[in-house]
Amino acid sequence: MSKTLAEKIWGEHIVRSAQGEPDLIYIDLHLIHEVTSAQAFDGLRLAGRQVRRPDLTIATEDHNTPTLNIDLPIADPVSKLQVDTLRQNCAEFGVRIHSLGDAEQGIVHVVGPQLGLTQPGMTIVCGDSHTSTHGAFGALAFGIGTSEVEHVLATQTLPLVRPKTMAINVDGVLPDGVTAKDVILAIIAKIGTGGGQGYVIEYRGSAIRALSMEGRMTICNMSIEAGARAGLIAPDEKTFEYVRTKPHAPQGADWDAALAYWKTLTTDADAKFDVEISLKAEELAPFVTWGTNPGQGLPLNASVPNPAEIADIEERGAAERALTYMGLEAGVPLKSIKVDTIFLGSCTNGRIEDLRAAAAILKGKKKADSVRMLVVPGSARVRLQAEEEGLDKVFIDFGAEWRNAGCSMCLGMNPDQLAVGERSASTSNRNFEGRQGKGGRTHLVSPLVAAATAIRGTLSSPADL
Amino acid sequence: MEKFVTHTGTAIPLRRSNVDTDQIIPAVYLKRVTKSGFEDGLFAAWRNDPEFVLNQPQYKAATILVAGVDFGTGSSREHAVWALQNYGFKAVISSRFADIFRGNSLKGGLLTVILPQENVEKIWAAIEEDPTASVTVDLEAKNVRLGNEVYPFELDDYTRWRLMEGLDDIGLTLKNIDFVTAYESSRPSYKPKTLPARS
Ligand code: SF4
Repeated sequence: MSKTLAEKIWGEHIVRSAQGEPDLIYIDLHLIHEVTSAQAFDGLRLAGRQVRRPDLTIATEDHNTPTLNIDLPIADPVSKLQVDTLRQNCAEFGVRIHSLGDAEQGIVHVVGPQLGLTQPGMTIVCGDSHTSTHGAFGALAFGIGTSEVEHVLATQTLPLVRPKTMAINVDGVLPDGVTAKDVILAIIAKIGTGGGQGYVIEYRGSAIRALSMEGRMTICNMSIEAGARAGLIAPDEKTFEYVRTKPHAPQGADWDAALAYWKTLTTDADAKFDVEISLKAEELAPFVTWGTNPGQGLPLNASVPNPAEIADIEERGAAERALTYMGLEAGVPLKSIKVDTIFLGSCTNGRIEDLRAAAAILKGKKKADSVRMLVVPGSARVRLQAEEEGLDKVFIDFGAEWRNAGCSMCLGMNPDQLAVGERSASTSNRNFEGRQGKGGRTHLVSPLVAAATAIRGTLSSPADL
Repeated sequence: MEKFVTHTGTAIPLRRSNVDTDQIIPAVYLKRVTKSGFEDGLFAAWRNDPEFVLNQPQYKAATILVAGVDFGTGSSREHAVWALQNYGFKAVISSRFADIFRGNSLKGGLLTVILPQENVEKIWAAIEEDPTASVTVDLEAKNVRLGNEVYPFELDDYTRWRLMEGLDDIGLTLKNIDFVTAYESSRPSYKPKTLPARS
């Protein structure tokens, strides 16, 4: 029978299936961080259970770690307790951990791929909803809750109900200055924040194929923002080449066997998706959100929408509330909006290519006096690489702050937060009320738009410079 | 998870309806890193009042909570169940529970018993008159017994079996662990391992 890529991976991981029960699915890789794992380890301890496969488990510290003075003890007592607890749990249960200060520490979804632990055809879970990032390699990857973290620790499996499949085709050539981030923001604006609910999305088409691995990660990362638990892209030569040079790539005969298997990981030509959606690459433009959910986005050339013109009553109400919270007037050109803070980082856009793309625009320029800019590499490895290439100098000369790796202002759990009423252009993935700090106002953008905005002080694309 | 077949203890009347999970365990207690030790946060706001029923010595040893209608509404926090269990409750009786709380409780081994409001009222009256009255919650027979009264309740067979066997989701999967071992024996060797570490 013809199968989609997601169905193939699912089928290969069924440990047990029984009538009227969810499938028991084997998990190839379990990623752990400090915020959602403590009670899971405690549950194991109370029940006298062990971690079944420490060799398929890896931990890092990212969500609430500071990005300044990382050699000092963590000042915030709650963060310190969570990080210390993770370290103790990993020591007690024999789990590999990359702690603050370690070259492999960083955002969990940046660390997995850079170590080569993320590979095609795998099932990957983490107590974090942006686990979908790893789908860029043709893996089935999704976020789970704390009880499920405990379940995976104890059994290396999860009882799961098979999801439906959705294809999103993006064909054609992206115009200059349009990035993976703009593509995914446009997709979410089109299908809505609930459009992907219950589905695994497969991103397909020539525009997706043309993206680098890092661009593909940006797309898959935000699948959850469209309501989908997972998003994936069939692996190809780019994928294989990316994995080949990484520390945990298969070696020797294992490489040949892996490659032969990975090449089977495509959706069969006559397989059926439950839903198919298409976008034309040529019609896409630099995108920005104006509201308080990632689906409230428009091309940068547009103006703030008028809620009165929105037919759907719920959506109209949501738009009205969003504009009040964001402090915006209907009809104002998006490009006239002044921002206070630029955040370049997160598991969406904190990888080396993102930093390079922004640095290329900022080089030799000065930031607008009215803004502050935070550059937070996705991992310590990315930071080292950037320093090797001299990108840190570019950012510092420009007037930006060059920080250590972590989630930082993506969720404002550490001291990197927006103040009440402060407005950001942020390369992260969520613009919810208060996400980046109580009362903070977030506009989601690509690294290119973030850079151009830092120069002009108003939402801008590189074409405006 | 502990098996629940039948439990006999004393009961405490909580004559309040719409008790939401923020009242069961306020958000400030959620920063903990354990599943245990939440008993001090249970009904924390109300316990400041010396008159509050949990503060009354005659109910100190109670293990069955008899609550008003719509118990457990609001936030989905699993901590609400942990707090009740940490305090020592084995069962909660009410005429209606919020869905998510009921799901969490039955997953976690806290038996939530639904009785008609008139029977809840009768139990309240009886345990207020005699706080030492012995109450039995019998899952096998699906009834609550107090003095000469027998109050039947319903629970689906699958959940009842799971509770009587003491099987949480993990326990259930562990019953099928041979399938997992068999699956692992045929996993390809090229699948990556985090240990030993390479970098
Ligand atoms: S960077 Fe943001 S979205 Fe990504 S894992 Fe961290 S907190 Fe979550």
